Amino acid sequence: MSKKTEVAAAATDQHAVSRKDMTRAQWTWKEMKSNKTAYLMVAPFMLIFLVFTVVPVVMSIFLSLTSFNMLQPPKFLFLDNYIRLFLDDDIFITAIKNTLIFAVITGPTSYMLSLFIAWFINELSPKIRALVTLVFYAPSIGGNVYLIWSYVFSNDSYGLANGWLMNWGLIDEPILWFFDAKYCMTLCIIVALWLSLGTAFLSFIAGLQGISKSYYEAAAVDGIKNRWQELWYVTLPVMKPQLMFGAVLAITGSFGFGGVVTALAGFPSVDYCCWTITHHLDDYGGTRWEVGYASAIAVLLFAMMLGANMLVHKLLSKVGQ
Amino acid sequence: MSKKLRTRKHQVVLNRSAGGDAGITFFLTIMGVFMFLPLLYVVIQALKPLDELWMFPPRFYVINPTLKNFRDLFSLMGDSWVPFSRYIFNTVFISVAGTFGNLLFASMAAYSLAKLKYPGRDFMFDLVVKSLMFTSTVTGIATFITMSLLHWVDTYLAIIVPAFGYTLGLYLMKQFMETNVPDETLESARLDGASEFYAFWVIAMPMVKPAWLTLIIYSFQGLWNAGSSIYIYSEQLKTLNYAISQITAGGIARAGASAAATVVMMAVPIIVFVISQSNIIETMGSSGMKD
Repeated sequence: MSKKTEVAAAATDQHAVSRKDMTRAQWTWKEMKSNKTAYLMVAPFMLIFLVFTVVPVVMSIFLSLTSFNMLQPPKFLFLDNYIRLFLDDDIFITAIKNTLIFAVITGPTSYMLSLFIAWFINELSPKIRALVTLVFYAPSIGGNVYLIWSYVFSNDSYGLANGWLMNWGLIDEPILWFFDAKYCMTLCIIVALWLSLGTAFLSFIAGLQGISKSYYEAAAVDGIKNRWQELWYVTLPVMKPQLMFGAVLAITGSFGFGGVVTALAGFPSVDYCCWTITHHLDDYGGTRWEVGYASAIAVLLFAMMLGANMLVHKLLSKVGQ
Repeated sequence: MSKKLRTRKHQVVLNRSAGGDAGITFFLTIMGVFMFLPLLYVVIQALKPLDELWMFPPRFYVINPTLKNFRDLFSLMGDSWVPFSRYIFNTVFISVAGTFGNLLFASMAAYSLAKLKYPGRDFMFDLVVKSLMFTSTVTGIATFITMSLLHWVDTYLAIIVPAFGYTLGLYLMKQFMETNVPDETLESARLDGASEFYAFWVIAMPMVKPAWLTLIIYSFQGLWNAGSSIYIYSEQLKTLNYAISQITAGGIARAGASAAATVVMMAVPIIVFVISQSNIIETMGSSGMKD
């Protein structure tokens, strides 16, 4: 053991000495040559990642400055697409509004639900905890099980909601629910929350289980008086990395929530009541083939997601203070 | 300190009030009911005969349970234009090939990023973390153009190859390796003359079993649930999920078969999760993001 450490230390020493005699570029080049295997191992994944994730982002930014229909070569427009989006496209303004309402409500709520439920079930016995975890997690992995909500809130009298309300004499005509601009958004938010206890939830459960009992004992000695103080001063600071990871997933989930809405409320939804940026993107990219314009939408969505991540990162750094 | 200590099953519990416990139990019960009842209702709907599905007032429970909906589902499958086995083959092939490639590429890259040190490493991992911050909707159009340039549109490749570069799997694997594969073990293997590939495959991989199980499940689930894709036009190349959504889309008479299909499609991932839950939770233990 100690011999190995010595060898390792000697190796670092050698680097330190030889590094002084070289420029930064020369040293980097030497390091790169001596780590060929490392690059070889990371290369296949990185190549795929580059071609199907990094390059598309760069390509979208470039295309968003052009007019392009996939047949003729792209024509450079500079910022015209963005100007058109904000000044000339009322539906896009609706989409931004809906996306923000949706993200601001479902993002934090789903995050808090994941955190508090994970925290509450943390003290249950392992068997019961596994069962409860399954019940809360199941909706998020159950394929298209969310379609059950369109049976419960169907627009005829055979759905549970309408059937019961009519049977009790509270309404005379069936409510259109997902096809009524008054209810559509609320219902979609409820379904989104029902689906939201996903990977972040599991990450929180694991994070809580990894906290050693001795922290809590020490905290009790130091004068922590109740479970809320314990949460804020002990638990949350220790699991900050998980909080960060969970936030990333909550943000992408709440900004990118479109497919479920389409399945429940149709495409487009009535009066564009739940029309989000994702739908606008599908409409211009998938249906109309206005690739340049659609790319501008994609770039804005991208910017919103990254912006939200930076904001939340700042907020989370205040945890436990 | 004059603190009153509460005990739960002979265990001393600090900082827990009875009122708080009651409140939490109440909240969990309400949430549990909200989460569970819709799941239960899917199963109930699948067991309802046609006259009960279209009954007024609707019932939450089933009076005469029947398996007819499941039989209808399978006979509808037999009627499809492309033999149903073809859809099943497509889905199994895509899921297995995509998951296998993702496992191989991501774990190799994860080992390199977690356990070796070289210029550019941190930058690459930073890009991967950044990629978790947006969804693939954002890159959809540009990816489609890339696919057409590669002539991959309407081939299996368009679905399988991008799955190799699935970043959440790499992220979880790298984080897990960092905490669970000790550097000393690798160092002594290197001193014994082991190559880096040997250290990765024979030493590191067996130590991160929960992580690759989690990666397999996440990757497989994503591919298994893939429905209609904009990259695939040919009926012969479409997936099970797409085929099922097609048969169940038709009208009142198929409402029962549709509920049965939802139950079947929901059961597979849930059963897989039940079996692998402890491994997934163990992997998530190191999922945190450091600054």
